[in-house]
Formats: sequence, C-alpha cells, structure tokens
Amino acid sequence: MVKGLVAEHISVRFGAVAAVDDVTLAVAPGEIVAVLGASGSGKSSLLRAIAGLEPLSGGRVTWDGADVTGVPVHQRGFVVMFQDGQLFPHLSVGGNVGYALNRLDASRRRERVAELLGLVGLDGYAPRPITALSGGEAQRVALARSLAAQPRLLMLDEPLSSLDAGLRERLTGELALALRTTGTPALHVTHDQDEAFAIADRVAVLSAGRLLQVDTPAALWTHPAGREVAEFLGYGPFLAPSEAAALGRPGTPAGTLLALGPDALVPDPDGVRVPVLATAHGRGETFCDVTLPGGRAGTVRLKGIAEPGDHVTVGIDPAGCAVVPQDGGAAAAP
Amino acid sequence: MDGGGRRVTRAPFAPGRSVRSRSAGGERSDRERGRGGRDVRGATGTFAHRGAVWAAVAVVPVAFLAVFFAWPVGALVAKGFVDETGFSLTGVSEVLAAQRTWRIVGQTLAQAVAGTAGSVLLGLPGAYLLYRCTFPGRRLLRAVVAVPFVLPTVVVGVAFKSLLIPSGPLGFLGLDASFPAIVAALVFFNYSVVVRTVGGLWSRLDPRTAEAARSLGATRARVWWTVTLPALAPAIAAAASLVFLFCATAFGTVLILGGSSWGTIETEIWYQTTQLLDLPAAAALSILQLVVVAACLLVADATRARQERALRLVGGTREQRLRASDAPAILVTGVVVVGLLLAPMANLVWRSLQTASGVGLGNYANLSGEASGTIAVSVWQATANSLVTAAAATLIALGLGSMVSYLLSRRPASRAGRGVLRFADGAFMLPLGTSAVTVGFGFLITLNRPPLDLRSSWLLIPIAQAVVALPLVVRNLLPTLRAIDPRLQQAAATLGAGPGRVLATIDVPLAWRAFGLATGFAFATSLGEFGATSFLARPDRPTLPVVIFQLIGRPGAENAGTAMAAAVVLAVLTAAVMAVAEWVAPVEVRPW
Repeated sequence: MVKGLVAEHISVRFGAVAAVDDVTLAVAPGEIVAVLGASGSGKSSLLRAIAGLEPLSGGRVTWDGADVTGVPVHQRGFVVMFQDGQLFPHLSVGGNVGYALNRLDASRRRERVAELLGLVGLDGYAPRPITALSGGEAQRVALARSLAAQPRLLMLDEPLSSLDAGLRERLTGELALALRTTGTPALHVTHDQDEAFAIADRVAVLSAGRLLQVDTPAALWTHPAGREVAEFLGYGPFLAPSEAAALGRPGTPAGTLLALGPDALVPDPDGVRVPVLATAHGRGETFCDVTLPGGRAGTVRLKGIAEPGDHVTVGIDPAGCAVVPQDGGAAAAP
Repeated sequence: MDGGGRRVTRAPFAPGRSVRSRSAGGERSDRERGRGGRDVRGATGTFAHRGAVWAAVAVVPVAFLAVFFAWPVGALVAKGFVDETGFSLTGVSEVLAAQRTWRIVGQTLAQAVAGTAGSVLLGLPGAYLLYRCTFPGRRLLRAVVAVPFVLPTVVVGVAFKSLLIPSGPLGFLGLDASFPAIVAALVFFNYSVVVRTVGGLWSRLDPRTAEAARSLGATRARVWWTVTLPALAPAIAAAASLVFLFCATAFGTVLILGGSSWGTIETEIWYQTTQLLDLPAAAALSILQLVVVAACLLVADATRARQERALRLVGGTREQRLRASDAPAILVTGVVVVGLLLAPMANLVWRSLQTASGVGLGNYANLSGEASGTIAVSVWQATANSLVTAAAATLIALGLGSMVSYLLSRRPASRAGRGVLRFADGAFMLPLGTSAVTVGFGFLITLNRPPLDLRSSWLLIPIAQAVVALPLVVRNLLPTLRAIDPRLQQAAATLGAGPGRVLATIDVPLAWRAFGLATGFAFATSLGEFGATSFLARPDRPTLPVVIFQLIGRPGAENAGTAMAAAVVLAVLTAAVMAVAEWVAPVEVRPW
C-alpha cells in the first residue's frame, strides 16, 4: 500500500479548457512537495482539485491507498492555506487559530492555541483582532490555524506571494521549519523558484496543466528534463553543440542543447572576444549583454566597468550549465 | 470572473458592510484564482446530493410566493379578461379607451420622472458631502437623511399636506393638491435612496484616478464629466431605476396629497375598487401597472449587470476635509435637509400640538378616546394592532428572506445553475415592484374562499405585508452574503467544518449586522404599510396608517389634530425601530 497522498491521472476542465491535464503526483508522509508553475499553469486548480474544492473531470485522489475522491472537503483532513490567509474577520487571532479545535474544552483549547502561536512566533497574540495584523503576521496566524487542525496534508496556495521580498525569504525558512517540526506533509504551490527550492523535498514543474518533471531540487537544477523546464528555472540561452564548441566547450551530444545558467557565461582571458551591446550596472559590477558566436544573446557579469561598443572575452563555466534534450519548443532562438 | 481585484457587487440599498478581505495580491494570480472562484458552491460537502438540498431549501419561499403572490396577482390579471360570458377583452379595452386612464398613466409617469430627476439632482451633492467628505456632525446628518425613507407614506402625505393646506405655513403658495407638492413629497421620500446608493460607491472610488486626470491637465469640471461621473454612472442608474419604481408605484402619499385632480395608477386602482366597485377596470389597471413595473425592473436589471463590471475601488473609504470649492454642495444639501426634510416633519409635530385651546397635548389625549365616533377603535388600539401585525410580518419576511438570500448568494458552477439563479433573483424582486395595492386587491379576490379562506384570519394582513417586505429583506441581506469571500467558507471546510458549522460560524456572524438592518426595514415597512393593508384591514381591527387615513379624510379641526398626533406617533415608532436596527454592535470581536 502506498502511504500518503497519490493523485492519479487527475484532470480538471473548465468548459473546453483543461486547467489540469492528466497529472499524477504523490506526497509521502512527512514530505514537502512544491508545485512550481507560471501563472495560469493550473497549479492552483490542481491544489483545489486535490482538496475537493474543484470537481475532477478525470482521475482519482487516494490517501494511504483509499480513494477519497468522493469524500467531502471537511472530512478529508487536507487543509488549504490560501494566498491571502483568508482569516475569519469576525474572530480574534485566538478564535481563528482555535477554529479547528472546537472539540476541545475551552482551557485545553486555549493552551493549544498558545502553543501554536508560540510555534509561529506570535506569543500572546490570541486576543488581538485580525485587523491589527500586518501581512506577515496574518500569514503566520493562517499557518498556526492550519496546523491546529493537525492536517493529514497541508496544502499551501502561494502563501507568501503577497508579501514583500525580504519578508518572503524569512518566512519561507520559518514555514519550512514549522512543517518539519510538526512532521506535516505539504503540497506547496508557488510561482517562485527560490521559494520552491528552499522549502521542498521534491519540486513538480507544471505548465499548461501538464506535469513536466518531478525531482529533488538538486536533480531538477542539474538535469532539467527539457528545454521548457530549464527555461522556467532560469536557464538561457540554449546553445546548439556547434555554438557551444565555438565558445570552447565541445562535446555536447548531438540532439541536445547546452543550457547556460545565470552565471554560466564568465569573463575568460582565454575565451572568445565578443561585442558588448548594452550594459546595466550593479554594485561594483556590470552586466553586459553580448552577442555570442552564432548570433545568440547572452549576459556576462563583469567586475569593473564596460560600455556598449566595447569588447569582452568570455568563456563557459561548466558548473553553471545543464545539458537538455532538444524538445518541441527548441526552434525559436531566445 | 473576478480578475483584477475588487468590483462592485451590487448597489446595496442600505450599504452592507463589505467583508471581502482581499489584498491586492498581484493581477496574475488573481486571474488564476478567479477561475477557481467560479465553482465554489459553498465548498461544503461533496458535489453530489447538493442539488437536492438546495431544492429542499428553495421549496418553502417558492411555495409561499406562488400562493401569496403569483396566485392572487395572476387571478387579478385573469379577472381583467373575463366577464359574465367568459373570455373577453371588453373590460380591458374599455379601460384602455378611456381618456381618464391615459390621464392617470401620464400623471404617473410625469410624477415618477420628475420625482426621480429631483432625487438624483439633489441627491448627488448630498452623496458627495455625506460620503466623500468628513466634517463634524456628519453621523447625525446621515441619520437625519436616512429617516424619511422609512417613514410611512401616510405620514409623509399628512406632513406635506399640513404644510401646504391654506391654513398651513406655506398655504399662501396655493400648492395644496398640486403636482409640485406630490413631486416634493416623492423627493423627500427617495432622496436617501440616491444618497446612500451613490454615496456608498463614491466613498470607495480610488481618488488617484481623478488625481491622475488632474495632473494630466484636466480642469475640475472636466474631471467630473470624464472620470468621476462615468465611474458613478452604474450607481446613479441603479438608484434612479429604483427611485423611479418607488415613485411610479407611490400610493399613500399621492392618495393624500393628490386630492381629486392628481393620482397614479395605484390610487386609481384603489378608487375603482373601493369607490366605484368596478373590479374589471381595476384589474385592467393592475395589468397596466404590471407592464410599467416590468419595464422598470428590466431597466434596473440591465444597469445592475453593468454595475458588475470592475471599477477601481479602494478597500476602506476615502474621505477629504471640506474645501472652499465644496460650497455649492454644502448649500444645496443644507437647503434640502432644512427645507425639504426637516420643515415638513417639524411642522407636523408643531401642528400636532395645536388644539382649539392653544398649544398643548390635547390631540395626544384624544388618541385613547373614540371621539370621532365612527372609527371603531382608539388610536392606541390601532397602534397595538399595527405592532402585532408588523411583528408577525417581520418574522415571516425574515424567515423567507434569509432562505432566499442564502440561496441566491450561492455561486453554481454550471451555466444552467447560474441561469436559474439569475432568473430567481429577478423573480424574488418582482414583489418589490408590484404595487402593494395589486397584492392587497389580489388577496381580496382569491383568499376569501376555499381552498384557502383567510378572510377572517388576522394572518392575512401580516402575510400581505411580508410579501411587500420580502424584497427589502433580500436586498439588505444578499449584498452582504455575496460579499463574503467564498474562500473563507472553503478555508473553514478544509479545517474540518461541515456545511452546518460553516453556516453557523462564517456566514451568520458575517451577515449579522445586515440581518439586524433587514429586521428593521421589514418591521418599519410593515408598520407603515398602507397599500395592501387598506384593502385587507377589517373595520374592527384597523392598523395605525389606516386610522390616520380615515381621520384625515374627516371634517373638523379635531380630527385633523388627532391625525397629526397619530402620524407623529407612527413616525416616532418607525424611526425608533430603525434606530434600534442600526444600533447593532459592530462586528463581534470576542477572545474566543
């Protein structure tokens, strides 16, 4: 028997549009799986379908081998934490966190709420009204409320995307910690690659309703299954074997592409001299848009100053590259 | 789809508190969520079996409206096409050929157009001042403005009449029983509808849109015409169509103020029925009335659909201090409030204190007696009748209205489901437009014999009043229920709450305040209801508005004085009911 969640061949259709198309995905006990996709990729629909908030047009959802497709939302034990928290505005912080604890007696409930608020770093917040919370605090309360239900599976629908960058980074770490401390298996939906990589044991890449690849963050980064996945992870440009050889990296197998990561193109005194088209300045460095042999555009980070019209010599750092099969979308040059 | 963040849900009649708590979280994910937000059917329970549950909840209000609205009104319409020989168009064609009919129709439309135009033109500055600006005393002013709408039509009629009769303070104008008098009373009554509906939207318009236009070089006037007015247009249209409906179906006010020369289709139906006993003619007029009302509702529905489009609204309200450039708005609103709203009420109170022996409480002392002889009960007894009747009507209207609102606030996934809901939405609003007189008249001819003989039951009047009050309850509850983000219910469901617990812990607490307001509106409306009640009240058990109308129609200063005092009592009762309803504690914030 398979432990934990298995979504088998599930599809969700809105009229003629397939938002989720034959997706199979598993979450093992204690595991955190991130579903990574651009907006409109169907990742929220996938989550809602597994939660029972969206009717399936095909496939089934099982937990520990038992089919839960027909089980009502409130009996599934899959708790959804929404993007903007969806705290109940008429209840206090304590009332929200204690919502799922309605079977406990009042004093036991109070204790448990205090415990959970402590876990998310909000000691003593229980009597406060929801309206007095900042965005980050609200999400912590939403997390505490979700954990209070002791979910079999916690589903997080872009829980941090409405927060600003610094706070998001910090909360990502805290979220991962809270999930691991409580041993809660989670399905975490996000469009943010860093967030997915930071939090998940495995990352599932979704595009146009189809699952492209499921892998550990490391494997996903070093071996993207195809050009589309690589592109979404931030790889580019993609060099044909001959173009790679022209930059001093022969040996890319035929039928594959050499995907350059963000720092794969480096200044190299022994490299190839290329013209600088445009520059953007950072702190103590310059990002130069250059034209590579073969005509593709690339970006190289330079210590010091360069101006358009200058020439730089560049080479490839193999540690920043991945080899991907040349799939359907390979025709267009970046 | 609700892409792009906030939108106006629907012109709330009384601005419901918005509980939509959506942060502006990025357009892209909003769009994606919008798709998800379409299903949602409450997110409780499985997807099967729900239809059966909804149908069970729907049966009660549908059955009620079928028996107590569709049947009486349908029977009335049928009566217009039937005479002794069977089906016949004689009755209808006679009425349609009569010059008197077209004079009445013309008067109805003229009064409605003038009343609507006056309410909108005067109401816009009021909406701006009371909802966009902030100044000391605004709360009080808002309360003052809100009072006339809930005042019984009979009271409004008596108040204006006491001002304009030859012996009144404005008697020298010679406006008693005139067109301007009726229009003024209609504006008095409907001013707050415009102020509240338009003001509610205005207070949430993002001021930066107008500021952007200003910074692009537009003058204040150009900003008004090109930015602000178009943004307000849906609310103005919604308010105007509602006001037009109220004006076109005005009864009590026109009956008292119009005398013999001015009337509406409503008063004409009453006249044909009770004075001439010409039922076919009255039925034909009722059909004409239904046509006018249906046209109004269609226009209202079209504007409502337009209002669903997205507008740039802010979460809270945006307010500004008064500036020198606000002087015209202050002036207009000041004149309206003092001259149009306060003067008639103050005069009514003043007149009620005038007795043959000077200023005193003599008229109020007469309320307990049967001085006039021909009225079977004292005014206090009639007041007690009114309170009991209104309480029963409120219970019925609230019970049914809650069910209807809950059903209409669902968001079905299927196209067919949405179509059914849209149709039901209109169907439940129909009694709002259908004249109370038609309802009362219909009761009179259908519920007086088996299978349902309620002629001798005191419940007849509460039921009629509930039919009239039901749409008001729905209009108060529905916007609030609709504004509850479905993801709140979903969040509760994923936390383990079943459908019953979601209803009890999410929907009910969030709609609590709207529920209080709906109770107030239902009770106040029933208390002052005159159109239907005037047909159904038995002589030995009249309600307060009926007694006031009987008193005002009698000769003698003493009767007039008693009528004034009784009108003051009714006004105070109604205002007190609304004050209690408005005084509902703010959102409950409890530690647990």
